[in-house]
Amino acid sequence: MALSQPTENICSMTTQELTQNDPISNWYPVANADDLPFRHTFHGKLLGQEIVIWRADDGNVNIWVNRCLHRGVRLSRGLNNGAELQCQYHGWRYANRTGGCTYIPAHPVDSPAQHLSCKTFPAIQSHGIIWSGISPEGVPPKLSFLDGLTPLNLRSLPAKAPADSVNEHLSKYMFHPDNQTDGEGSSLVTTKAYDNYFQITATVANSTSTLALFAQPVDEQSTIIRGVIGVPHNSQNVLTVLRYHNNLMCKLRDVIEADFELKSKISNTFAAVSNPRSATRNIANNSGSVSFLKVRVARKWSTAKDVVGLELLPIGNQQLPTFLPGAHIDVFLPNGITRQYSLTNGPGELDKYRIGVKLEQVSSGGSKYIHETLSEGSIIEISTPRNNFPLRRDSTRTVLIAGGIGATPLLAMAQVLEKQKLNYELHYFAQSDEHLAFPEILNSLGNNCIRHFGLSVEETLAKVRESLGEHNSSENLYVCGPGPMLEATRNIAADLGWPDESIHFEYFKNSKIVSFESSFEIELARSALTLNVPAGKTVLQILRDNGIAMPSSCEQGACGTCIVKVLAGQPDHQDVYLNDSEKKRGDKMLTCISRALSNKITLDI
Amino acid sequence: MSWSTMPVSRRGLVDTAINGEGCTDQVILNQWYPLAAIVELRPGISYQTVLLEVEVGFGVTLNGELIAWRLDCVVIPAGNPLPAENFTDKLLVQSAYGYLWTSLSAEPKELFSIPETNEPDRRSINVATIGIATSAPRAVENFLDMGHFPFVHAGVLGAEPHTEVFDYNVEIKDGEIIATGCKFPQPQAAPSSVGAIVTDYIYRVPHPYCVLLYKSGGFDESRLDVIGLFIQPISQERIRASMFYSCVDNISSDTALRRFQLGIFSQDKPILENQVPKRLPLSTTAETPIRADKSSITYRRWLSDLGVTYGVISAN
Repeated sequence: MALSQPTENICSMTTQELTQNDPISNWYPVANADDLPFRHTFHGKLLGQEIVIWRADDGNVNIWVNRCLHRGVRLSRGLNNGAELQCQYHGWRYANRTGGCTYIPAHPVDSPAQHLSCKTFPAIQSHGIIWSGISPEGVPPKLSFLDGLTPLNLRSLPAKAPADSVNEHLSKYMFHPDNQTDGEGSSLVTTKAYDNYFQITATVANSTSTLALFAQPVDEQSTIIRGVIGVPHNSQNVLTVLRYHNNLMCKLRDVIEADFELKSKISNTFAAVSNPRSATRNIANNSGSVSFLKVRVARKWSTAKDVVGLELLPIGNQQLPTFLPGAHIDVFLPNGITRQYSLTNGPGELDKYRIGVKLEQVSSGGSKYIHETLSEGSIIEISTPRNNFPLRRDSTRTVLIAGGIGATPLLAMAQVLEKQKLNYELHYFAQSDEHLAFPEILNSLGNNCIRHFGLSVEETLAKVRESLGEHNSSENLYVCGPGPMLEATRNIAADLGWPDESIHFEYFKNSKIVSFESSFEIELARSALTLNVPAGKTVLQILRDNGIAMPSSCEQGACGTCIVKVLAGQPDHQDVYLNDSEKKRGDKMLTCISRALSNKITLDI
Repeated sequence: MSWSTMPVSRRGLVDTAINGEGCTDQVILNQWYPLAAIVELRPGISYQTVLLEVEVGFGVTLNGELIAWRLDCVVIPAGNPLPAENFTDKLLVQSAYGYLWTSLSAEPKELFSIPETNEPDRRSINVATIGIATSAPRAVENFLDMGHFPFVHAGVLGAEPHTEVFDYNVEIKDGEIIATGCKFPQPQAAPSSVGAIVTDYIYRVPHPYCVLLYKSGGFDESRLDVIGLFIQPISQERIRASMFYSCVDNISSDTALRRFQLGIFSQDKPILENQVPKRLPLSTTAETPIRADKSSITYRRWLSDLGVTYGVISAN
C-alpha cells in the first residue's frame, strides 16, 4: 500500500528520530484557532486530562481543567460571556486569565476565598493552532516553511491508537503537490522529524508543497492527528487542498487503527493525570499565597481634572491575581507611603490593573508623589486585591451612588452589572464634565450611567432621594464618596425604608475622632492566651507583638481587612466599616481601631 | 423447555455487570431497590435487568404475584412467558409506592415509610424511570440541592437574580437525614401553581440511594406534595432512577403531572452525566462545599459513617 510501502519513484528519508521527551514538558496542539468562535467553549483532552478551552473578548485563550471546583461539572458546558466562564450547575463564575472564582450565586454577599482558582494550563496561538501542555518548556514549534504563505489547518482527525503508533505512520505520509494524485505518484517526499512533529515536503519538478503533522496525545488509547499546510495568499484552491489531504488522512487513519493492537500496558504518565482520585484535585496551588507583587506603571494619563489614571502591568510572565468588583489594592510608593486605591477594571480584565488617583488638596505625600514624581516605566509594589466591598448580583435593582473620585470601585461594579445585563443605575455626582474620571468606561455603560453636575449640597441630596425611591425587596445600594455625602446618603436611604443590610458603603477615610484611651484585656479563645491592651496601643499591635499574624490594610477602621469574630464582651467599634446593625450585634470588630467597653473581650483567634 | 440451561445474551447493559467487581458493601446489599413501576409491567412476561452488577429477572405473574430472581440461577430470557409454577432461588420482593422492590439480601433492612401515601385523596404516580450514566450518590445529592434551581431549572424552580440559598437545618434523626426550613423563591413550583411563590422544602434521605422531598405550593396549601427519587444502581456509575410523585391535585391529568416533573428531570440528567468523576468523592477536600451545601455535606459524611464504598470515592 502506498502509505506504508515506498515505491521506486519515492525517496523517503527521515533526518532524525522523534526525541523521546517527557510528554509532560512538550507543547502539543490542542485545538485549531477557528475551533474557538466568539463566546464558545471547546472541550479538549490532552494526556488524559480533560480541558476546557475558551477565548475571552480580549483575545486571550484560556485552557483550564475541565471541572467546576464546586461539584465537578464540566466547564465546557458552561457559558462564556467574553470575560468570565460561568458553570451551568450553580452559576459559579471564573475570571478570564486567572481562572479565579469571582462569584458564588448561592451566597451573594460573600467574597469567594482567594485560593479558589481553576487549574490553568499555558496557551499559545500560532499558525492557526492553539498549543498547550501539562508543564511545557520553551516555546511551541516555529514553522518557518509557512513564512509568506497562508496557514491552512487540516481537518483534525481522531484515531483510536496511542500517539507513538500514530507518529510511526505520520512519518511515512505520502502526498503529491498537485493535490490530486494519490501518494504513489509523488516523485520526492522528504520527511523531517522534530521534537514532536513531522515536516513533510513533496516535490515534483517545479512544484512543491510542505506541511507539518502533529499527534495530539488524547489519552493512552487515542490521538488526534492535526496538520497545517501553507497555501499562497488568496489561493482559490483551499477546498481542493483540504479535501485532498482529508481523503489521504482518512485512509492513513484506517491503516493506523488496523495496525495498532490494543496495548494493555498503560503508561505511568497517563495513570498519573487520569487517575480519578487526582481528577478531584484541580485547585490551582499557586494563587492566594502571593500577598505582594511588583508591577510596572505602563501608562499614566490625566483622566479628569486633578485625577490621573494608572495602568499597572505585571512583570515578566506573572499573572495578576483575581479581583472582585469593588476590590482595592495597597500601593507601596517608593517614598515609603502606602495608599489604598480601588480597581476600576471590568470583569475578566486581568492583563492589567487600572486605578485612578486624585490629587488631594492636603496631600501628605501619597497622591502628590503619584501626580508629580511617579513616571511611566517605574516599578512599584502593590498588595493582592482586597475584596472588602463585595457586590451582590442577585438584586432586582442596584443603585450605585458615586461622589467624585469615590466612583472608582463603583465603576468596576457597574461594568459587571452591565456585562450581566442586570438592572442598575450609576449616579455620578461631580462638579463638571471635566471632573468625571474614566469617561471611556462611563460611555460603555450607556444610559445606565447618569451624570449630575455642579449641584449644591441640598440639590445633591434631593437628587439622591429621588434616585433611590422607596425600597423594594432585593434592591441594593452601593455608595462611595466624600464622608459627608456618604453619611447623608445613608440617612436618606434609612429614611426611605432601605434596611441596613441593603446599604453598602465604603469609606476611604475614617473622619471620626477615635480614642485610644481605654485599657482592657483580650482573651484569645483558640490560642488560649490572655493579653493586656494598654492605653495608646491597638489590639492589632498587641496581637502582632505577641507573634500572631493578622492581615491589615488601612489601619483606620475603614477597609475591614483586620476583622475578627467577637465571642464575648462588648466592643467599642469606632470604625466606619460595619453597619449599624452589625455594630449593634457586636459579634465582630476591627482590631486596628476597635476597643472594648467591657474589661475583657473574647476573640475568635 | 428447560429454563436453567439457556445462555443469557450479553447486551450493553449487562456488560457493565460483567466487567465490574460487584458490590461488597453489606449496607448497600441489605437494601430494597425498585426495579419497575408495577403498572408498567405486562403480566405473565419476564423482564431482565441488572442490580448492583447482578443480572436479575423479574415480572408480575398472571395471578398478580410479583417475582424476581437471579438470572445466574434461573434463566428466562426477557420477553418470554413467566413460568406458571413457582421456582426456587427467588429473591425477596415487595410492592410499595407503586413499584416492584427487590433485594439481593435474604434479610434486608425494612423499607422506609411514607405515611402521606395512606391519605385517601392523594394521587401517587411513577413520573418516569430513566437511565442515567452516573452514580446513585451523585443523583441523590443533586436531588438534595437547591442552589442549582435558578440555573438548571431557570423559570420553573428558580430564576435569576434570586440565587441566594438561605440557611436551613439538617440533622440525622432515626437513621435518616432530615433537612428542614429550606426556602426558595420559585416561578412555577408545581403544575397547579399560579405565579411565583417562596416554596418551603423538607428533604429526607431514608436510604443511601433514595431521597424524598416535601414541598408546599401544591393544590392544597396545608398539605405537602411528596416527590421521591428511588434509584436502582446498575453498577457504580450507571443507574435507573424512578421519580415518584404524590400530590393532592384533583385537576391536573396524570400526563400533565408527568410532563411537568419529566421536564425538570430532563434538565438534571445532562448535568449529572457531565460530573467528573461520576462517583461521589467523600473527602471534604475533593470538591468545594459552601454553606448552602449543608445537606450534601451531611449526606457525604453519613455515607462515610455507614461504610459505603459503592458509587463513591472513599475519603482515605
